[in-house]
Amino acid sequence: MLDFLYQTLLAFDATLRIATPLMLCAMAGIFSERSGIVDISLEGKLLSGAFVAATVAALTGSAWLGLGCAILAGITMSLIHGFACITHKGDQVVSGVAINILASGLTIVLGIALFKRGGQTPSLPKEDRFTPIEWWGVEMMDSVPVLGSIYRQLISGHNMLVYVALLCVPLTAFILYKTRFGLRLRAVGEVPQAVDSAGISVTWLRYRALILGGALCGIAGAYLSIAQGGNFVKEMSAGKGYIALAAVIFGNWKPFTAFFACLMFGFLDAVTARLEGYELFLIGEIPSQLMQAIPYILTVLLLAGFIGKPRPPAAIGQPYHK
Amino acid sequence: MTYALELKDVSKSFGLVHANKDIDLAVSPGSIHGIIGENGAGKSTLMNIIYGMHRADKGTISFNGQQVDVRSSADAIEHGIGMVHQHFMLVPTFSVLENVMLGSEGGLTLSEGRATALERLTHLSTTYNLEVDPHALVSDLNVGQRQRVEIIKALKGGAKVLILDEPTGVLTPQEADQLFEILKVLRDDGVSVLLITHKLTEIMDITDTVSIMRQGEMVGHRKTSETSPQDLAELMVGREVLLEVTRTPATPAEVRFSAKNLGYTNSQGVVELEDINFEVRAGEILGVAGVSGNGQTQLMETLAGMLPLTTGVINILGTEVTSADATSPRIIRDLGVGHIPEDRHTHGLILDFEARENMILGFHDSELAGSGKLFDYSAIQQNCEDKMAHFDVRPSNPRLSAKNFSGGNQQKIVIAREFSANPGVLLVGQPTRGVDVGAIEFIHKQLLELRDAGCAILLVSVELDEVMSLADRIMVLCDGQNVGIIDAEKADRSTLGLMMAGQKAEAAT
Amino acid sequence: MSKPTPPLPRWADIVLLPLINLLAALVLCGLVIFAIGENPFAALKVMINGAFVYQGALGYTLFYTTSFIFTGLAVAIAFHARLFNIGAEGQASLGGLGATLVAFAMAPIPGIIALPLAIGSAALFGAAWGIVPGYLQAKRGSHIVITTIMFNFIAAALLVWLLAGMMLEPGQFSPQSSLLPEQTWLPKIHEMLGWIGLKTTATPLNASFLIALCACLFFWVLVWRSRLGYEIRTVGQNQEAAHYSGINVARVIIITMAISGAFAGLMAINQIQGVSHKLILGFTAGYGFTGIAVALMGRNHPVGIFLAALLFGALVQGGTELDFEFTVITREMVLLIQGMIILFSGALAYMFNPPLARLLARIFGTKEDANA
Repeated sequence: MLDFLYQTLLAFDATLRIATPLMLCAMAGIFSERSGIVDISLEGKLLSGAFVAATVAALTGSAWLGLGCAILAGITMSLIHGFACITHKGDQVVSGVAINILASGLTIVLGIALFKRGGQTPSLPKEDRFTPIEWWGVEMMDSVPVLGSIYRQLISGHNMLVYVALLCVPLTAFILYKTRFGLRLRAVGEVPQAVDSAGISVTWLRYRALILGGALCGIAGAYLSIAQGGNFVKEMSAGKGYIALAAVIFGNWKPFTAFFACLMFGFLDAVTARLEGYELFLIGEIPSQLMQAIPYILTVLLLAGFIGKPRPPAAIGQPYHK
Repeated sequence: MTYALELKDVSKSFGLVHANKDIDLAVSPGSIHGIIGENGAGKSTLMNIIYGMHRADKGTISFNGQQVDVRSSADAIEHGIGMVHQHFMLVPTFSVLENVMLGSEGGLTLSEGRATALERLTHLSTTYNLEVDPHALVSDLNVGQRQRVEIIKALKGGAKVLILDEPTGVLTPQEADQLFEILKVLRDDGVSVLLITHKLTEIMDITDTVSIMRQGEMVGHRKTSETSPQDLAELMVGREVLLEVTRTPATPAEVRFSAKNLGYTNSQGVVELEDINFEVRAGEILGVAGVSGNGQTQLMETLAGMLPLTTGVINILGTEVTSADATSPRIIRDLGVGHIPEDRHTHGLILDFEARENMILGFHDSELAGSGKLFDYSAIQQNCEDKMAHFDVRPSNPRLSAKNFSGGNQQKIVIAREFSANPGVLLVGQPTRGVDVGAIEFIHKQLLELRDAGCAILLVSVELDEVMSLADRIMVLCDGQNVGIIDAEKADRSTLGLMMAGQKAEAAT
Repeated sequence: MSKPTPPLPRWADIVLLPLINLLAALVLCGLVIFAIGENPFAALKVMINGAFVYQGALGYTLFYTTSFIFTGLAVAIAFHARLFNIGAEGQASLGGLGATLVAFAMAPIPGIIALPLAIGSAALFGAAWGIVPGYLQAKRGSHIVITTIMFNFIAAALLVWLLAGMMLEPGQFSPQSSLLPEQTWLPKIHEMLGWIGLKTTATPLNASFLIALCACLFFWVLVWRSRLGYEIRTVGQNQEAAHYSGINVARVIIITMAISGAFAGLMAINQIQGVSHKLILGFTAGYGFTGIAVALMGRNHPVGIFLAALLFGALVQGGTELDFEFTVITREMVLLIQGMIILFSGALAYMFNPPLARLLARIFGTKEDANA
């Protein structure tokens, strides 16, 4: 029984670690998509963030500088996206595809040029990474059954960026629903004409949404390469940006529901690794590939209206013409 | 005296089109000033310039005698301009209060300004009789209520000049009257109201002064008390207007087209058409009148097979179509129905296709596109050349994209295509919307000729004059219901107006 | 409302503008090469030599071109119906699966039947993988971009599952199937030339190149000469008008996605029946995405697509040469170029339009009208 509890706890712990970049990217996706810009470039921004974080941390020995530059990298990618589809009213999906491919190419080309390790960056020593933080009183709590383990495993013992991601969710909700910027952001994704006629710049508003999203993706990238991992490996984003996009859709473009979607997708992933090779009662062994495909399958079913009814922002995907 | 708003020499062009040319305009404080002109005369562009949505290429704008540079709507709002757009600028997923707050939130977080905004909203709505629930979702409001929200939005910053762009197009006569009462109160309060419309009666009823626009130019300014509808109409179109269509009496024959108990409920469950009954005989035109948005579009589209019927039966030349039948535009067309859609840009034409490809839209499966399996472009070209010649489409170039024809010639392409198929029944929607006067006369003549050739025609138009001058009988729609059908000879404006507001025919006469 | 710019002459729109966009993309890539300390012109020279000059190079280039023609046509036909098919990658994977399964099933059957059946099933499986997103878009309103992205991942998971499991060749550790029966292999072009007595260098270029050329012709007839093509273009321009005119919009969307998927699926025959002769995980190599760049650059016209596919074929083949000649520039450089090309010919396609139009208007006077 206790062993089962412990296993569950470990699964939740892994869920949180897997879901962290998803949460950050999903919040980025919410900012961007709520402003009316389709963001399939989450993947590319995440990848760029991961590369820049690892590279800068490796070159300077500072995780913080790595994080800062990853944020800048995410923002830069966002600005390219904005330049193409806000300033020049280009197709948002085409631009997103371009950014994802650009990110793949650039990270490998620059990685090889800088480090000559086939696209990887050097492994960072522990002190150059964001390492797990042990909270106060973990030793003390250990004596308490169950709660002690929960405190040690689930609440304490993550690196800083996990907590940043967790904070980002209520923060995004606050910005979206309680601030002037959020009101305007939600309006511009629904009826940009209304925003324009109220004397607010549609262009600048959408740029700001993209910049925020770029920064969040940058943090997510840094998490991959200098917090959870210790170096950059080519294509290390491995579709996480797309899963985050799926979570945004699954969460109906709302922060908290998207957060739960991220946790669900993270949990599926965490459980997959643990179920490999196990025979489940009555079901038998579930192929891990099926488990991995579940987020995608669910998103397809959701979009098709078989489970609930998604309501995307009304003006999404359309460039604004006066 | 100093004018509340003064424009001098304002010009604006889009590409090669002069939307506004050397416009002068002066509006006194505390007055209602009308701007009248045909569709496409440049009224909306001018208002968008004043409101900073477009920038003028040249010319000056002054408020209260002070010349200003309006770079954006923010500037305009700051100078005391408020605007109610023709297409409402409201966020449907927001509450009324949130919509009003947008742009003047009063602080970085919403909580800071919410109370003051609510107070302001309540104040405005009581002062000017603009009743609306601040916490209702805009998507739940009807058109009249939404317009009130727009007016509150325009007034919230203490606007001294209020621009209304075609505000009555979506209102019933009663709602329009209510609106006019509000405008009078505003005027007496010292606000200058700028009313853009293409309806002569509105100008005569409510304005103090009026300016007339034609083809991007300002062609006259009048005191309303010193002018007449005839005078204004002539200025609008640039020559004596021929509102009368010369026509012979109809000689109706057998019933070709009828509807019984026709109803349509949309996917959101809103009943848009209810219990519509009518018949159209060969050789007559049944006109459909009504305020725009009262079910005309849905009527046309259900009859054309574009929307499924929810209830009732349509009988087309002896074939019955009910809600149980799978209908489609293809099936209806094959029964012998021609359809000139209300909006040629969204339905009637593919703007980026060449004229010759548009000439076979809906007929690409027929011989017109060639007799073999593949397209025969020489046949397609020939077909287009013939029809262009017959219907006087200019320029008569089949390779020109549809978007490069004028409105009138675009409409002639649609008409040429639909008429040439020799329909037994013809559905016509807004045949002369955005069409120049010369083409209007041509189109009217063609319609009457087709009628006399024995076609059964159903004509929908929001221009009452058009319905009255073409139709033999007139059906009036209000709120998706048939208010009554009366003979065109017995119909006059006031009777039809009352019917359009929902009064039954007996009571109206 | 656009700024007042004179219209661009037709020749400039079709030839000059795409070239300028391509140039902009290449210049930026050159700058990146320069920034990492190499000479972009030297790299260009290596790539040109690698793609065209060395013995057999052209064969390799055309081999890659073949794949890009298929995926380019796949994306382009969908574009004509204004559908964005990002799923060519997944459809090609399924095409590979189809070809492989049927080829194995055909083991005892002579090539004259087995070969076309395997090719057909590549197209059929690809079409099936395109039909589902098409159906969901047409009937359920799901956005095709998102659905096709998701279908790429689902296809990838499916292939991993099959290739790591029941289709794995015994004794193999990397996920791939065993060899296809020999009669389902497509002949190489050098072999075919050998039949008529011409001796050429052996390259992977195979008969699917000829099939790709036929596909280009088919594409042209379909889009601009057939009644279905008219329906596809009408739906792409204006769905409402298409509905008004009696076209069954949902049906056209589904058929278009089927055709699109079939083109993508055919990409697999070049890789599998043409060269590797077995299903290998990841054989699509991102070429489905390259198809987007090809379609955008080729302006959705088969001639343009052929030229753009040739360019990308040359880039990929020339890119492999980079590996040998340089230490710091590798074939992944091609990804960068591809990204830049999608950015400039796609998302920023009209950035250079107004300045170019003004320049041309100044040179030639404003009398030129694109439509006159």
